[in-house]
Amino acid sequence: MATVTTDGVATAQALEEAWHETPGLGSFLTTVDHKRIGKRYLYTGLLFLVVGGVESLVMRIQLAHLNLRVVDPETYNQLFSMHGVTMMFLFATPVLSGFGNYLVPLMIGARDMAFPRLNAFGYWVFLAAGVFLYGSFVVHQMPDAGWFNYTPLSDSVYTAGPNIDFYALGLIFVGISTTAGSINFIVTILKMRAPGMSLNRMPIFVWGELAMALTVVFALPALTLANVLLELERRAGFHFFAPARGGQPLLWQHLFWIFGHPEVYLVVLPALGIASAIIPTFCRRSMVGYTYIVLAEMAIALIGFGVWVHHMFATGLPTIGLGFISLTSFLVVIPSGVQIFAWLATMWAGKPVLRTPMLFVIGFIILFVIGGLSGPMLAAVPLDQQVTDTYFVVAHFHYVLVGGAMFPIFAGIYFWAPKMTGRLLSERWGKISFWLMFVGFNALFFPMHILGLRGQPRRTYTYQAGLGWDFLNLLETIGAFVLALGILVTFVNWMWSSRRGEPAGHDPWQGDSLEWATTSPPAEYNFENIPTVRSREPMWDQPELGPNGQPPEAGGRGLGGGHTTLVTSLLEADPEVVAPMPHESPWPLLLTVALAAVFVGLLIRSWAFWAVASVVALGCVAGWFWPRGETQET
Amino acid sequence: MSATDLLLVPTGQPDERLPTAGAGPTNFGWWGMVLFIAVEATLFALLLASYFYVRFRSGPVWPPDGIEDPKLALVLVMSAVLWSSSLPVHLAHSAIKRGHVGAMRVCLALGFVLGAAFLALQCAVEYPDILRHEFTPRTNAYGSMFFTITGLHGAHVLVGLLMNAWTQLRARQGAFDRHRHVTVQNFVLYWHFVDIVWVFVLATLYLSPRL
Repeated sequence: MATVTTDGVATAQALEEAWHETPGLGSFLTTVDHKRIGKRYLYTGLLFLVVGGVESLVMRIQLAHLNLRVVDPETYNQLFSMHGVTMMFLFATPVLSGFGNYLVPLMIGARDMAFPRLNAFGYWVFLAAGVFLYGSFVVHQMPDAGWFNYTPLSDSVYTAGPNIDFYALGLIFVGISTTAGSINFIVTILKMRAPGMSLNRMPIFVWGELAMALTVVFALPALTLANVLLELERRAGFHFFAPARGGQPLLWQHLFWIFGHPEVYLVVLPALGIASAIIPTFCRRSMVGYTYIVLAEMAIALIGFGVWVHHMFATGLPTIGLGFISLTSFLVVIPSGVQIFAWLATMWAGKPVLRTPMLFVIGFIILFVIGGLSGPMLAAVPLDQQVTDTYFVVAHFHYVLVGGAMFPIFAGIYFWAPKMTGRLLSERWGKISFWLMFVGFNALFFPMHILGLRGQPRRTYTYQAGLGWDFLNLLETIGAFVLALGILVTFVNWMWSSRRGEPAGHDPWQGDSLEWATTSPPAEYNFENIPTVRSREPMWDQPELGPNGQPPEAGGRGLGGGHTTLVTSLLEADPEVVAPMPHESPWPLLLTVALAAVFVGLLIRSWAFWAVASVVALGCVAGWFWPRGETQET
Repeated sequence: MSATDLLLVPTGQPDERLPTAGAGPTNFGWWGMVLFIAVEATLFALLLASYFYVRFRSGPVWPPDGIEDPKLALVLVMSAVLWSSSLPVHLAHSAIKRGHVGAMRVCLALGFVLGAAFLALQCAVEYPDILRHEFTPRTNAYGSMFFTITGLHGAHVLVGLLMNAWTQLRARQGAFDRHRHVTVQNFVLYWHFVDIVWVFVLATLYLSPRL
């Protein structure tokens, strides 16, 4: 802290000294910089997109023609189970956390997340849990009871191998990462916004991340609990789900979907936030109906907790309950519609510029509306009971999840990668990628509506002749490869452009929020001076904001250039205190390794190994909190 | 709290100096604990809801399979021991807010003894008795629920005891004063939470079958 100046004005040199992480293996393993961690979430999540994508391609090859034997039925079961698990838990959630990690502190004018070491821990645990889940691939025992893993199929009676144990333990493990990340987002967003950024000036993207994080806090325990009970039943002979000794098979479904439906929304909510960040920028006007969009996001998050039974319409529950849940499911249409009309109105009232990010957002709106039309159809109990477990359902949720989350994610890549790498992606290849993805997506998923109505069951490895399903299945397979090619084009574009692309400058799109008020890529400390915000679109309304934040004369706070950040009040973001921030630490990684050993011990039932690993993990927690010279005890 | 004896940091705005983070809601750690408790509370709420789900889907007699209603004498003693631990823990918090480290340490120790006594009664007296004479977690869903719920709560008591010991250790090293004690505060929050959860566990597992 020797370099802190007495008047509090920061110099770039002092900040550089305080925040620098020496490049190399050491800081690679110990970094707590939210930007490095955010990029890791993105890259790792996209790697899992490739893995889950390859799984789906194998399934599509198997279904390209009737009675093929590219894979056997058992392998097919494993493929669709791991495809779902991978896309939900290892691709969509982490990638959206990656955007949040990278962008939230920049958008709210903070120097890092509230808990930098917890942030690093969250990433490492996610990585370890992904490796753990795919350990099942190495031993050819991948989970095979679907991503929602219904009992009694997943009981030890019907699935004796370790497949389901990989699933249950892996999801408990990855849940630690998601929970830690969400607590971090909530505290960061509530307590670290730049002075003047009252809640009603917060970017909608940040609202989306907040809604996601709050959803995780109250939804994820249901999944963890369901898996703990399942493991106790499978491994220790407890009775929760098997009916013989008083268990209830539907208890699993209730717990899973109490988590599972909010999970769907916690994937979509930040993605909607991405759309709301991009649309005003490319329409050159502020968002129409900011307040309504924010309320709609929160309403979706809330209603998401009251619709889980619509996944169970075919289980024979009392009709009165079905009617109620059907009603709440229809209700979701209202806040979703509010957002779509607000986007359309913004485009209508502005002058849309069709650069690649905007193109992906428009594609997203179209696909989300199509998925939104089949949603209310499925909310109607009689129709749902007819098409449940057919490809109609598969078509619906791929339109809302791939259309509703993956297209915004790709829009986000084209929009924010220049901030991360300092270089623009190629527009030409971006547009080629978009059209390949858009056409491929529709060729892949639209025919599923028709096949579903004609009765093709999902999760079945082949089909018979004479049903009239052959041509559309072949079309779907071709569409899958076109979609994959489109994704590949973006990856190559990104890799090529991050080295050779056109320099982006600090604000290539004339964006409205604070991430553009710093260099591309940003310095380790994000902003030389933490800006004071006076508007909902600070970059448009405060001309003094430049690549280094805001000069002290205009209200910027340098905090003397120490390793600190500003804590502000919850509603109005008035400055409260200055918080010292932790430095790089090996403990997040070491604790993750110990925890991974704990889970491996549970998997292989080696209690000695498990006990030792647990003690080591406790030791790592102590090491984490053990005071070091530079951080003050609080 | 008076701001004069806190370290004040110049922010870069003329004549503006802000204190460094102390205890309470200006400290990230406090928020982290509150949200962690929200996660844990949700977990318990779902677990107790699962208990009632299994119960109401089961036959008219509860507990099933000829198991008797839970005995109350011991568990009421245990409850009194556990809940009484919240008092010294609360006093520990008041003490450190006034800067009395010694008094805080005595109160923490008292809280530890009471918490440990609860856990000892549960593991050494109640569980063996039930396992030997009544049912085990493998008997039926009722037994599984009973041991899972009380066991999960017991695990939380154990974690609370570890946090208590850690706080004691840090206090011995002179880590806390009347401004900086978020570790104490977080332990206190967590401990009260564990005690409050027991109200619901007691009402659900021991009292509701008698209704």
